Amino acid sequence: MDTFRSKIVPVTSILAGVVVLWYVFAVILNAPFQRDLDRRANETPGIVDFIGKTLAQPKPTLPAPHQVAVNFFENTFLRSVTSNRSLVYNAWVTLSSTLLGFAFGTALGILIAVGIVHVATLDRSLMPWIIASQTIPILAVAPMIIVVLAAIGITGLIPKALISTYLSFFPVAVGMVKGLRSPELMHLDLMHTYNASASQTFWKLRVPASVPFLFTSMKVAVAASLVGAIVGELPTGAVAGIGAKLLAGAYYSQTIDIWSALVAGSVVAALLVMVVGIAGRLVDRAMGGRPA
Amino acid sequence: MTEQPPAVVSASKLGLTFQTNDGPVQALSNVDLTIGKGEFVSFIGPSGCGKTTLLRVIADLEKATAGAISVNGMTPEQAREKRAYGYVFQAAALFPWRTIERNVALPLEIIGLSQAEQAERIKRTMELVNLSGFEKKYPWQLSGGMQQRASIARALAFDADLLLMDEPFGALDEIVRDHLNEQLLELWKRTDKTICFVTHSIPEAVYLSTRIVVMSPRPGRVTDIIESTLPRERPLDIRETPEFLAIAARVRDGLRAGHSYDD
Repeated sequence: MDTFRSKIVPVTSILAGVVVLWYVFAVILNAPFQRDLDRRANETPGIVDFIGKTLAQPKPTLPAPHQVAVNFFENTFLRSVTSNRSLVYNAWVTLSSTLLGFAFGTALGILIAVGIVHVATLDRSLMPWIIASQTIPILAVAPMIIVVLAAIGITGLIPKALISTYLSFFPVAVGMVKGLRSPELMHLDLMHTYNASASQTFWKLRVPASVPFLFTSMKVAVAASLVGAIVGELPTGAVAGIGAKLLAGAYYSQTIDIWSALVAGSVVAALLVMVVGIAGRLVDRAMGGRPA
Repeated sequence: MTEQPPAVVSASKLGLTFQTNDGPVQALSNVDLTIGKGEFVSFIGPSGCGKTTLLRVIADLEKATAGAISVNGMTPEQAREKRAYGYVFQAAALFPWRTIERNVALPLEIIGLSQAEQAERIKRTMELVNLSGFEKKYPWQLSGGMQQRASIARALAFDADLLLMDEPFGALDEIVRDHLNEQLLELWKRTDKTICFVTHSIPEAVYLSTRIVVMSPRPGRVTDIIESTLPRERPLDIRETPEFLAIAARVRDGLRAGHSYDD
């Protein structure tokens, strides 16, 4: 009851508002083309009829929510999952490189963080480069990564995954640096009184203390990974994947396809963030976390 | 010819100056002190008198910049490397991701004791601080007093002869504090440990100690050392006896003489 009041009601109200606004704009944006069509056909439909037509165009400027919903439903549930028109198939293609890139990115981020926390020279030399790396537009780097890797014979999943890695290592590295440095002075003093070695302090204190930071940054990283995988599909001439669907939709003005691919991407992103969140909560519980 | 056993802690002309952005700050100056085995020594004084700093120098958490200090006849660093002391901080400082039992086991894991040995020591120290039955609880499930007892168990677990306690009960309410003071005395009698205890409470210092070191600030120094004439057996109501009040008055005079409350 409490979650209903505090979460579901506000979220659905906003959603309802967005849908209403969306319909209004669909009518407004599709109206000029519809008027044009009607004029050529010498028709003068009534206002209700006209609005109905603006919401049922095959290639609308802005598809109406129900058009996107129907397209999404058909391409998700009514097609064989091996068909390259199936959104499930395309989402899986993108998801596989997202997950691989996310795994690489998380590992790389943790590695960099451990280096930065333990080696003073890395702290000073690496951090500015890491921050600079994220100011480069990924759209500019992605094609070069693909081309360079293709030149040395690496094609397929890995180049796409590496673009995900490029985007996802950053939040993990920054979060883990913070996490590994999060132990209080008192806890560090305590380890010092036991004459604990650096590796004992690392495994028994720094690592467990950093776990909440890891999951928070992994939530950001997994969403960034998905963006990376989609962006990676754009310049590769990929034939499958959510990015490929977006690109194909743009080529052929299949606006409804674009929007339903967009919805598919959002659903995948939401699921990924949710899974990481649940994993984080399970780990927190296993580590004696106080139930919220 | 019988040789005098070496002092547990022995400091002479000990000084420590912190270099800060506002220039040097003398935290300790000319401290002469000898603590023998089995003593219960309290350090009392207002904030900034260096009592915690002195304890941290003994523990090798700070380095002295003048004079000499030895712990168990060694430098503090060597003593720390030999795990000569257990340290109890102002807060319990338990690891929130470990159960009470695993928290007590922490120093034992670091020393590298076997599982069986660990279990035996955990059982013994948990009994010593009256926490049996709470082994599997996480710190947040315990009250502040129980958490501090768990941290004392942790400091006792590896059997160091010296216990350094830095205002361990400062954050607890008076009723809990009385109770823990009683338990601490009991524990001291049973284990024959040497205890150095930092506090800013006069009754606590007088009730617990065999010797009270009165300190004053700017620079941090020892102004008086008072031998307690109270018996080892000390029920809580000993605090109303004239003897107790006389010692307390002397401590208070010592604090005043340090001009610590002038401003």
